Amino acid sequence: MLQSAGANSGRRRVVVTGMGMVGPLGLGVENVWSRLIAGESGIGRITHFDPSDLPAQVAGQVPEGPAAEGKLTLSEWIPVKDQRKMDRFIHMGLVAATEAVEDSGWKPQTEEEKCATGVMIGSGIGGLQTIYDASITVHEGRAKRLSPFFIPSALINLVSGHVSIKYGFQGPNHSVVTACATGVHAIGDAARIIMFGDADVMVAGGAEATVCPLGIAGFCSARALSTGFNETPGKASRPWDKDRDGFVMGEGAGVVVLEEYEHAKARGAKIYAEIVGYGMSGDAYHITAPAEGHYGAYRAMRSALKSAGVTPADIGYVNAHGTSTMADDLELEAVERLFGDDARKLAMSSTKSATGHLLGAAGAVEAMFCMLAIRDNVVPPTLNLDNPSRESVIDRVAHTAQQRPVNIALSNSFGFGGTNASLVVRGV
Amino acid sequence: MSEIADKVKKIVVEHLGVEESKVTPEASFIDDLGADSLDTVELVMAFEEAFNVEIPEDAAEKIATVKDAIDYIEKQKAA
Repeated sequence: MLQSAGANSGRRRVVVTGMGMVGPLGLGVENVWSRLIAGESGIGRITHFDPSDLPAQVAGQVPEGPAAEGKLTLSEWIPVKDQRKMDRFIHMGLVAATEAVEDSGWKPQTEEEKCATGVMIGSGIGGLQTIYDASITVHEGRAKRLSPFFIPSALINLVSGHVSIKYGFQGPNHSVVTACATGVHAIGDAARIIMFGDADVMVAGGAEATVCPLGIAGFCSARALSTGFNETPGKASRPWDKDRDGFVMGEGAGVVVLEEYEHAKARGAKIYAEIVGYGMSGDAYHITAPAEGHYGAYRAMRSALKSAGVTPADIGYVNAHGTSTMADDLELEAVERLFGDDARKLAMSSTKSATGHLLGAAGAVEAMFCMLAIRDNVVPPTLNLDNPSRESVIDRVAHTAQQRPVNIALSNSFGFGGTNASLVVRGV
Repeated sequence: MSEIADKVKKIVVEHLGVEESKVTPEASFIDDLGADSLDTVELVMAFEEAFNVEIPEDAAEKIATVKDAIDYIEKQKAA
């Protein structure tokens, strides 16, 4: 009885009026989307540092170069003197937020409008490289030389802080930290802030930049990263494929502008999609691994459908968490259980096959891929899915994008600690 | 201009991202060059590092302009 249980009526509707992203496929939503649909991969050998003595040597890094080529030149976005005061994850968040805010055209003028505009951008890990560098300074006995910008450079909520300062957004200023579920939680929670009337506009998403020695070494130690494709980076991220051997780290940020529907309509804003459903759960099982059957994922998805007031038959596309680890098949099993016979009509892909895993930014970027799938009636592919380790009636969009009608889509993100979040978006 | 003054100017330009022409002796870090309180802490650290001097907190608080910094460092170096 999912349909009737949906509590959609009477609540303030929340739509997406701006999008911004930067990641391994480059800078800018349209650029990233067209490369994704074309089946391109953003994975390469790590160049941020020499990874030779680490088992994992590939990652998705933001390409540097002119904006006209869809690449990032940081000084075009953040003055050089300010860059030193922020870890790279803040750079990423600010770039994506700037694109999203400008895309939305929302420029609050009055005090009231500024106070009704908030920010909620999270990160899974935060300023890891900054903490690493500062630790060395202290270890060398130079604690008095520690930069006064060390703490504000590393703090996760400082993306939200910087965005609010840049634009004068004086509404709720918040941040999410739920590992790889951060991006979905940020958008879902920010949407509820609008639904509850605490704000009319929220800039929400996630940012991450942990392609650094400590980040790669740490996930290597947890046996989480792919190590068998160092010579063929484009093949390393292969969700559901039998040869997958771990996830590939990605960096970047995804930010959306969420807006109350009437507010957006009144100013004639372009509307990408509506946030209609949001579900959360906890595994209560293990710090890094999901339980057999992935009932946590199942419950998060079920709650999201319920809050959207839709049934599995309504969902045309699922953007899977699908990290290219053993857990891929558990998520698949949970989706099959929830969708039942409707699984036969479903398209589900993992865009991490092309971008790598952007950790705290992943959920935000992938929610936008769902919205773009709805806009264009195209579902992005799962690269490298040559031989599925488990058969399924679900079309996992192997290798190439597909044209197919999508009105409503679901995005999954699950994080260490056993945290699960799902988001349902619909065309308007 | 002394060697110390040149070096101070260079550090200020680099840390505050301002044009060299604005870094006059009378320029106040906060009022004229756009620094905030954390910027001035970092600037003083940079002076300490570059000139190999100790600038105690109470002395640092009195360094408000480019000239203040140059004078203080020159005095330390002469001592």
